[in-house]
Amino acid sequence: METIRYENGYPGGPANGYGSEYPNPFLKEHVVLRNRDYPNIGQIDEYMRLGGYEVARKALTSMQPSAIIDEVKRAGLRGRGGAGFPTGVKWGFIPKDIFPKYLVCNADESEPGTFNNHEVIDYNPHQLIEGMIISGFAVGATTGYIYIRGEYAYGALVLERAIREAYDRGFLGKKLFGGDFEFDLYVHRGAGAYICGEETALLESLEGRIGQPRLKPPFPAVAGLYAKPTVINNVETLANVPMIIERGADWYRQFGTEKSPGTKAISISGHVKRPGNYEIPLGITMRQFIYDLAGGIRDGHELKFLIPGGASANWLINKPEHLDTPLTWDDLAAKGTMLGSGAVVVLDDSTCVVAASMKVDEFFKHESCGKCSPCREGTHFLVKVWERIEHGKGRPSDIPLLNELGKEMLGKCFCPLGESAVSPVASAIRYFSDEIRQHIELGRCPLGASHPMPHPSVAEGGTRTGAAAAPVR
Amino acid sequence: MLADKYAAEIASILARYPIKNSAVLPLCYLAQDEYGHLSIDHIQEVADIVAMPYTDVYEVVTFYSLLYDQPVGKWVLQVCDDNPCCFTGGEELVADLEERLGIPAGETTDDKLFTLQRVKCIGACHRAPVMQANLEFVYNLTADKVPGVLEDLIQQAQSGGTLSISGRFAEK
Repeated sequence: METIRYENGYPGGPANGYGSEYPNPFLKEHVVLRNRDYPNIGQIDEYMRLGGYEVARKALTSMQPSAIIDEVKRAGLRGRGGAGFPTGVKWGFIPKDIFPKYLVCNADESEPGTFNNHEVIDYNPHQLIEGMIISGFAVGATTGYIYIRGEYAYGALVLERAIREAYDRGFLGKKLFGGDFEFDLYVHRGAGAYICGEETALLESLEGRIGQPRLKPPFPAVAGLYAKPTVINNVETLANVPMIIERGADWYRQFGTEKSPGTKAISISGHVKRPGNYEIPLGITMRQFIYDLAGGIRDGHELKFLIPGGASANWLINKPEHLDTPLTWDDLAAKGTMLGSGAVVVLDDSTCVVAASMKVDEFFKHESCGKCSPCREGTHFLVKVWERIEHGKGRPSDIPLLNELGKEMLGKCFCPLGESAVSPVASAIRYFSDEIRQHIELGRCPLGASHPMPHPSVAEGGTRTGAAAAPVR
Repeated sequence: MLADKYAAEIASILARYPIKNSAVLPLCYLAQDEYGHLSIDHIQEVADIVAMPYTDVYEVVTFYSLLYDQPVGKWVLQVCDDNPCCFTGGEELVADLEERLGIPAGETTDDKLFTLQRVKCIGACHRAPVMQANLEFVYNLTADKVPGVLEDLIQQAQSGGTLSISGRFAEK
């Protein structure tokens, strides 16, 4: 392998817009965001100069599919999309005797605050493609689709170009590396629907229908795309595979913890000094992540709360037992929240809790697919209540009402989307009930924060008046 | 007709999938770029290509937020107003654009040049406030940069270049 360029003690490249100029003392060598170590790795020549597609050659010419699955299991790779399910185990569910099988890459990254797949797609597309070739071979899939969210239009073009290059060099198509295995890969753009990140809604969308989740079982491994066995993995999960197969499970396990091995690209945004993506060895603490990597809170302000795993996650607040939580699936779950999609939204003491909650629930209302009533109606009512509190029309009974609504939604929605809409309710009331109560009593934000305007798609009648409606102080 | 004008592209799209229905989103994008939006006739055209009932394609068009069944401007400006953008300049950006364009979010200017929309997270939160113009990102769009960006978009539209509201030719 090439030696890594060290600048000021850290591997570094020019600014790429995702925060690559900021140091990362926790990782000497990136596993997924390798564009940080090799800025031109997105070009196929550079990728091949670094040994690219040689791992696929090794896997396809000298390894049994079962050996690849075993290695991924031994590495303890867990799904990076949110659930953290062991990837090798998921692959093991694929029945051997049903054909064809499909491999689908979930690149529908839409969880608010998340943009780490975005960087992999823009800057390291070949590692994803090589990961898909190896994974396809491991599970016996002969066709792959990358379902990318519609908003990443440029990312889709990057992937299409990279796929074309891989076809030209003989890494995709028929008779790969002189063997019998064939693998075709296509990019499929979504069109603006968060729910399509839910794997069965994604499959519905890919089959030309509206993105509404399917009843499980059957699980996609048994009857997925076109009712055939289908593996669906996140971008980062698949991009890990070439590194695991090249260097082995033991090498991979040098990063992270026993139960959360490896690294994770995590996005951080909001009121921090150095927002961007950081690839971390799993297990560093939230405090280290926010203060050592992202530079801490902007000057003159204090941390108020943070949303650790995308909008669906329960919040953490500014207290040691929260900030000292190691970033792993299990440690965050123990604190009642989750690692989720790998996104940390940090909000400081200028932030109105009511406005932030309203925004989170506006999102879920906007993105509710309409299939089940607890979600469709529940998100509607949650937004309605948050909105009237935000705009000075809150009622003393609104806090119990929010709690009641949340209780009626939890455990009753068809998929996790509706359940997620309860997270800001649970979090805001748990940690900031005094502030909400004050907001209701005063008829305005006790912090004097400006009112974000409601999203027109969710606004109740009469709250939106056009160009003159500057934020109300 | 799309089927004639884009025969090769349509054939290549259909060839990616074992069933025609899967091509509905890419074909809607194609039709939307050609016609500016997806009217009843345009939806019927897509439905004919993929051999789906009109109502099924219509359902798809109304479900996905990047497909427009009403006319939109040459540029669809989409500003994120989600957490954390709304606390890092997104709200101010919407207000600024509303004032400069003279329309509230959700509407189209009289000259049919701009449609302004509030949207939810577009995956560039670290560079807030952020906007997409026909799905091309404009990062860190603070008030001082807005006039220049609008001027540039107007020029691009007036120069007669190909604009794609579906982002089929998006640049970085």
